[in-house]
Amino acid sequence: MWSIIQIELYKIYKRPRTYIAFGAIAALIWVIQMGLKIDGEAYAAFLMKDINNTLVVDGKVLNGYLICYILLQLLLVHVPLLVALIAADMLSGEANLGTLRLLFTTPYSRTQWVLAKFIAASIYTILLLIWLAALALFLSMFIFGTDDLFLMKSNYVVLIESQDVFWRYVGAFVFASFSLLTVTALGFLMSSLANNSIGPIVATISAIVFFTILSTLNIPLFNVIKPYLFTTHMNNWKEFFDIQVTDNNEAITGSILNIQKIKTSLIVLSVHIILFVGASVVIMKKKDVLS
Amino acid sequence: MKVKFIAIIGLLLLVQLKSISQTNPVIEKVRQKLALVNDYVAEGVMKTDVSFIKASLGKVKVYYKKPNLIKVKKDGGISLLPKGGVSITMNSLLNTNQYIAIPSGKQVYDGKNLEVYKLVPTDDQLEWVISTLWIDPTESLVYKTFTTTKENGSFEITMEYGAYAAYGLPSKIIFGFNTKDYKLPNGITLEFGDEAPISKEKAKKNKKGTIEITYSKYTINKGVSNASF
Repeated sequence: MWSIIQIELYKIYKRPRTYIAFGAIAALIWVIQMGLKIDGEAYAAFLMKDINNTLVVDGKVLNGYLICYILLQLLLVHVPLLVALIAADMLSGEANLGTLRLLFTTPYSRTQWVLAKFIAASIYTILLLIWLAALALFLSMFIFGTDDLFLMKSNYVVLIESQDVFWRYVGAFVFASFSLLTVTALGFLMSSLANNSIGPIVATISAIVFFTILSTLNIPLFNVIKPYLFTTHMNNWKEFFDIQVTDNNEAITGSILNIQKIKTSLIVLSVHIILFVGASVVIMKKKDVLS
Repeated sequence: MKVKFIAIIGLLLLVQLKSISQTNPVIEKVRQKLALVNDYVAEGVMKTDVSFIKASLGKVKVYYKKPNLIKVKKDGGISLLPKGGVSITMNSLLNTNQYIAIPSGKQVYDGKNLEVYKLVPTDDQLEWVISTLWIDPTESLVYKTFTTTKENGSFEITMEYGAYAAYGLPSKIIFGFNTKDYKLPNGITLEFGDEAPISKEKAKKNKKGTIEITYSKYTINKGVSNASF
């Protein structure tokens, strides 16, 4: 099994398209970091306009932790599109080239091949996330330094002490890996249904956009289906950055406001991954490979 | 008869003027007590209680130097302080001597019989407009102040005293202030969908905030460099 995973990884990393995602993420992060380094104070002043009416905020607000949060907010919405470029091509790309038939004549079963391809695509996804974490978190920490995380949400502000931040990022990245693996699995499912590369990629991206819009709209009709959509849960990595308070409005260090929400989201995302990959295996086992 | 009437009015005016003079003995005693302190560095724990802010307790250092330099610094972190409020302390109110003190009766506060004085600044350049002081005349300690400023609204400061009462320095100080609404558009915070609207009760509570500093240690008159401010 490991040998066919290695073969699949070799194929992924031999394609120039693989590096588009790494390059795009590096370029985006670098541009945002540069912009915030040069003109970040103006951006922070704009964000803190309401707070500055009442309070004086003293300290390094624009530090590596906040920059990473801003970057993740912007990028984790779009990284699924980059993941789809590879995942949605894993099976259909082979079908398009006519090599799928060749693969299925090897001593390895179809299930093994499908799972090996999914594991290889998942490794690519995780590496992309590690690349994102390295640039968004560690590079930002290096450039901007660290301090408390002063997080401005829509209705309130969360001030998390610097020593209480890093583990939250570890949690958020682990959570994000589940979100991106769901996209990988979806792309994989789309890929099992087609015999060309473009169709599944576009279909995966369209599905993400479509369900993301449904997840963000506050229409009662959609609220019924929202809890079952994977896109509703993908952004819940942010829950790691909200803390509980005591009756005296004193924040509890090391706490998470809604840990149940994180658990539920992880379960929903895991179920989606299993369903999508399972369906892919079933489809590929029954598929009459004609190309 | 006319002469008598004028004499009585004159006497009343004199009494009134004497009572509102800046050399009010109670205020003067407080001022003398505070004057013992040229500078201090205080260590303490700060608690921020503003309904739209979730913040944990933080260690702070407070630097003070005569006549009115004061700085609150959090020990390696971000601190939130009421705008303009911290700079208006007892020392900055009384050290300048640029005020008229008007006695405004007596009140029982926290089981103590306190005298109430209103301070009106005589210098137009001062930041504050009027300040009310609740003073214990026997201990010469100020337990509460309510100050209205020109630009930063009103502040209520309550104080508790402990080991450093001899210097007029509190062991606990609570700054109470009015807060304004806080709201950032979802388009900026990128938070869409499930955020619960703020209840009316919470919105009402939004208008009040407190910052509480409990001091554990003062280092008095050992010198504080201007770089600390």
